[in-house]
Amino acid sequence: MTDNHRPDDPEHTPAASSVEEVYSVEKQIDLSQKSYSQGQLVRRRFFRHRGAMVSLFVLVFITVMAFTSIGYGLIPSWWDKTFYDAGAAVDGGRPTMQLWPFQIGEHPFGQDTIGKDYFALTMRGTQRSLIVAFTVGLLSTVIGTLIGAIAGFFRGWVEAILMRVTDLFIIIPLLVLAAVVGKMASGIWWLALMLSLLTWTGLARLVRGEVLSLREREFVTAAEAIGTGPWRIIFKHILPNTIGTIIVSATLAIAATILLESALSFLGYGVRAPDTSLGLLISTYQNAFLTRPWLFWWPGLMILGIALSVNFLGDGLRDAFDPRQNRTAD
Amino acid sequence: MSTATRESTQPQPGSEEDLLVDVRGLKVHFPIKKGVIIDRTVGHVYAVDGMDVQIRRGETYGLVGESGCGKSTFGRAVLQLEPITDGEVHFDGVDLSTLKGEKLRTHRRHMQMVFQDPLGSLDPRQTVEQLLLEGMRAHGMARDGKAARDRLSELLTAVGLPKAALSKYPHEFSGGQRQRVGIARALSVDPQLIVADEPVSALDVSVQAQVINLLGDLQDEFGLTYLVIAHDLAVVRHISDRIGVMYLGSLVEEADGQDLYDEPLHPYTRALLSAVPVPDPGVEDAREQILLVGDLPSPANPPAGCRFHTRCPWRQETRCDDERPELREVQIEGVPGSHRVACHFAEQIASGELAMHSVEAVEDEPYWAGPEPDEDVDSAGFAARDMPDTGG
Repeated sequence: MTDNHRPDDPEHTPAASSVEEVYSVEKQIDLSQKSYSQGQLVRRRFFRHRGAMVSLFVLVFITVMAFTSIGYGLIPSWWDKTFYDAGAAVDGGRPTMQLWPFQIGEHPFGQDTIGKDYFALTMRGTQRSLIVAFTVGLLSTVIGTLIGAIAGFFRGWVEAILMRVTDLFIIIPLLVLAAVVGKMASGIWWLALMLSLLTWTGLARLVRGEVLSLREREFVTAAEAIGTGPWRIIFKHILPNTIGTIIVSATLAIAATILLESALSFLGYGVRAPDTSLGLLISTYQNAFLTRPWLFWWPGLMILGIALSVNFLGDGLRDAFDPRQNRTAD
Repeated sequence: MSTATRESTQPQPGSEEDLLVDVRGLKVHFPIKKGVIIDRTVGHVYAVDGMDVQIRRGETYGLVGESGCGKSTFGRAVLQLEPITDGEVHFDGVDLSTLKGEKLRTHRRHMQMVFQDPLGSLDPRQTVEQLLLEGMRAHGMARDGKAARDRLSELLTAVGLPKAALSKYPHEFSGGQRQRVGIARALSVDPQLIVADEPVSALDVSVQAQVINLLGDLQDEFGLTYLVIAHDLAVVRHISDRIGVMYLGSLVEEADGQDLYDEPLHPYTRALLSAVPVPDPGVEDAREQILLVGDLPSPANPPAGCRFHTRCPWRQETRCDDERPELREVQIEGVPGSHRVACHFAEQIASGELAMHSVEAVEDEPYWAGPEPDEDVDSAGFAARDMPDTGG
């Protein structure tokens, strides 16, 4: 590697010649290892994270299945039943899917109490839940991060106002507020927006705490000393160093949103029949647990699959973003 | 590489007018707050309490003092990284203490800092390239991509790092290499003044010399002015043209490099220098050592009068306890006018008219035993004899 040797610069500076011997001492420390850009490193570490890769596969599988099977918008469907048409009961509504010999049958996930195809219902519910969960996960994370970072970095009256507003949002019972807003309008995107505006508070506090400690670190002083503006310091120095907290919190928010949405739907403020969501399916059929357990298990399995894979993905992302974690690179 | 004391290589433009940094009556006091809901200020930590320092263009000013005497705070205050309580910092004729926001930010180009902890001062998420480009971007010096790349390799060559370092993260380097990155970053914006806050105290002794010599070479090459803050007398002696000795927030003595070591005038400086071991067992056993008793008094409650009187073996009944000595020139034979000392009795001590006496250690309640201070002003309380590292 020629890079490992000091380039023979024609404009050989006097300082360089006098540090020659100095350099020779230190060049034994290996700098010849191949270097990657930050993006490459993050990708490399991420793709080598086994849990994250399995989770990514599961999540993509669930998402693709949910959106293509019964169709969504312009996406065509390949499943011949809809989630709103009831049909004649087959085998008392039990799942027709068998593993050995493998067959899908008429209603692989069974039928609900009035004969609707439960596969279509579950897929519809998964679509709704994924949309709400990811929108809220993204929006509330952005809001919470911004508010926390601004409050923590600028301190003073900015912090006082922002954190009191945060407190205000925290003390309002979420369900009451959601019920009021839910009365005014409904629809999946509206629900997602509303939940985002209510759930950023925890992350805002977390990020503020992290920023409070990071802003006292010497590299922030160094950035200030060299003339970097406050916003650039926040976005280039402070937030990248809180990425672990942010990502873990975002994944938890996604998992929590699925549950929150199901609670709201149960109360009649979230997704409303005939539309459905995973939470609504579980709430609706919780009494059928003993008689028709599949009505409970399928949406439960989907929630479990989404929440688990999102959490593992978050783990993988956090490890990938942290260059000090080098275990997958050797 | 010469190990002898570096001569002042820059032509001293003699006149007092060519000052790059002119600090007048600088005070940095940190409030000590108490109270749960409403913060009450119950006192102050007088970290820097009346500093007057003039640094000429192209010279190296060394600032020494024990831990907690306020020397780091002073360095940061000069760069406006700490809020100034009182006083003025003139940089190249501009009063920095009146600058705010964008004006101050653009002014930062001319003055840079090298930090004590090379790892802590480098963002762990940024590559060396990003770190070096940051300052250049902030001051619009990296608009031309090719010129910026040329500048980067020039910087790396100047500090003795290979080009491959550009894509590395700080944690991939050794301590000395990190400090080189820190120095390269300071140089990246082409500053006039570099404040080096304990630039080598976190480094291995073998690497210390390399970094110090590097600083010297860079000064010759780029015509830099240095304010070097250190507690290692050997380091300061090696690099400085002029040296200021700080005790509890203010200067007690100031002199041209060698003068200070040849003829220390202030009792504190005498004690400091007598603690430097001499690499000759005969001399070492025979020489007189001045051991200071007690700890550095609390900067939250500094002694009245001369700050040093609680530990001074030459303390007198008159003046010392109630009159704070100013930094002044002394009328002693062989001592040049540039050698100033803040002691009422410097002449009498030098002539031997006053003799040393024993000192009772004063039990001073440490300031951290009281209310928590807002800022951490290092832990005060290292005995002076712990300070020097090796003899020069």
